[in-house]
Amino acid sequence: MRKTVIDFLLLDNKQLNKDNFLLKLRSPIPVPELFPGQFINVLIKDASEIFLRRPFSILDVDFNKQIISILVKILGRGSKKLTEAKEGETINAIVPLGKSFSLPEKSDRILLIGGGSGVAPMLFLSKICGLAPSNVSVLIGARSISDHIDISAYQAYGQFHFTTEDGTLGEKGFVTNHPVFTEKLENYNKIYTCGPNQMMKAIGKVAIEKGIFCEVSLENMMACGFGVCLCCVEDTKTGHKCVCTDGPVFNVNDLKW
Amino acid sequence: MVNLGIKIHELDFKNPVLTASGTCGFGEEIADFIDLSLLGGIVVKGTTLKHREGNTYPRMAETPSGMLNAVGLQNKGADNFIFNIYPRIKDLDTHIIVNVNGSTIEDYVALTERLNELDKIPAIELNISCPNVKEGGMAFGISCRSAEAVVKAVRKVYDKTLIVKLSPNVTNIAEIAKAVEGQGADSVSLINTLLGMAVNAETRKPVLSTITGGLSGPAIKPIALRMVWQVYNAVKIPVIGMGGIMNATDALEFMISGASAIQVGTAIFIDPTIPVQIIDGISAYMERHKIQSVNDLIGSLQC
Repeated sequence: MRKTVIDFLLLDNKQLNKDNFLLKLRSPIPVPELFPGQFINVLIKDASEIFLRRPFSILDVDFNKQIISILVKILGRGSKKLTEAKEGETINAIVPLGKSFSLPEKSDRILLIGGGSGVAPMLFLSKICGLAPSNVSVLIGARSISDHIDISAYQAYGQFHFTTEDGTLGEKGFVTNHPVFTEKLENYNKIYTCGPNQMMKAIGKVAIEKGIFCEVSLENMMACGFGVCLCCVEDTKTGHKCVCTDGPVFNVNDLKW
Repeated sequence: MVNLGIKIHELDFKNPVLTASGTCGFGEEIADFIDLSLLGGIVVKGTTLKHREGNTYPRMAETPSGMLNAVGLQNKGADNFIFNIYPRIKDLDTHIIVNVNGSTIEDYVALTERLNELDKIPAIELNISCPNVKEGGMAFGISCRSAEAVVKAVRKVYDKTLIVKLSPNVTNIAEIAKAVEGQGADSVSLINTLLGMAVNAETRKPVLSTITGGLSGPAIKPIALRMVWQVYNAVKIPVIGMGGIMNATDALEFMISGASAIQVGTAIFIDPTIPVQIIDGISAYMERHKIQSVNDLIGSLQC
């Protein structure tokens, strides 16, 4: 799929909770085919201290209306500046970037685990995976109930489970403490995950032990996003791989985890 | 119609805008975004005789108006370039220039000999200025004697256009330029990145795995301009300027200061269409100023 620099129109910038914003970007040209795990690299305008683009994974795509939705979590100056953009502004971004999660087979029973802004590609995957909702479980972890975003638009696509570190929503603890993960993992033949590295490593370790297929989406610091700067490399079993072009999605067996 | 053609040694370029080594892969990686045949030339990723894995992650830090990198010449080596990459890019309608690196003079010579046999590689850029490798690299470019030695050895085995990429991490870059000119360099390109560093105050740790790295981007442009101007006034061979060029105005500033051609580097990370925007912008400037040939701009600084 051809990568393109596009001037999007910011249609909507909605604060979902303290740190998370939902941005809807309308493209003046047909949106390229996009899959969960792929990302968009956004230029942050009028911010002298911010030089490089900021990558965000795709939350949703409306091909008819040419709209790409991204979840922006404030992590630093770049993401903060982007959340301050006003509707009607132009947002320059490069899309589509990276390799997506492998799409499940009809017979699969999948577990999607999202943490922090890593929930975005998990929701997107639940929506387009084409499986019966009974074969899709989505486990989402956050610090507290106020850090969770409203997932009601995706509820029909799977069975949702939540954890919070303070116990204010769902099970208390991390996603790896939830019974879906600790007791019922054998119910699934594929695990897909996106979130903090520590979380994905804990999940990946168990997946390797139990021999369950597991794909993780990494977010190493990158300069370009399309494979020329060679800055975002992950040290894999077959050498340094660019997270932006060889990933961001990797099979956990290929990593040195 | 304005004339954008320039000459480096005996090599004619359709325009003075090249992409810098390490910022556009082998060209193919940015072919989605631009028509590569519009470029004056493509300087491909720094190549070494043998495969290199490069430095460990993290290799990059964003800094005010720029970035540090410590990639460390990750590349798949000469065989991969010659047998896998070259057949795919050799017929592009633009000059393909290979950036040549080595840990020893013998490495530089051996790689150059192999590249000399490739018909569609009309020039090499001898990189004696990479700040991110432990052996060789910049070490050759920071003294006149070592710079002379490597250029002399490579010149003996290379009969096409030899460009030498200079390090800004020196006291007097004009002296180094004169030294390599004296050994038969056909052109000098400058500047490579400036040695820099980033620190995380919270963790009291360096941001880069290598502690220090190479600074690029608009932050270094005034230094690069100054050095291009100094070198232009010191040597007779053409100068290729680079360092923080983000748009046509930046490119013009370099040419006015003495650059016969320019390279766009870090800007490609931000927007890979910038090199073509720069070509268009130079044309528009020349029309506006009624300048027929881009050669009339080179070194036209009025002091």
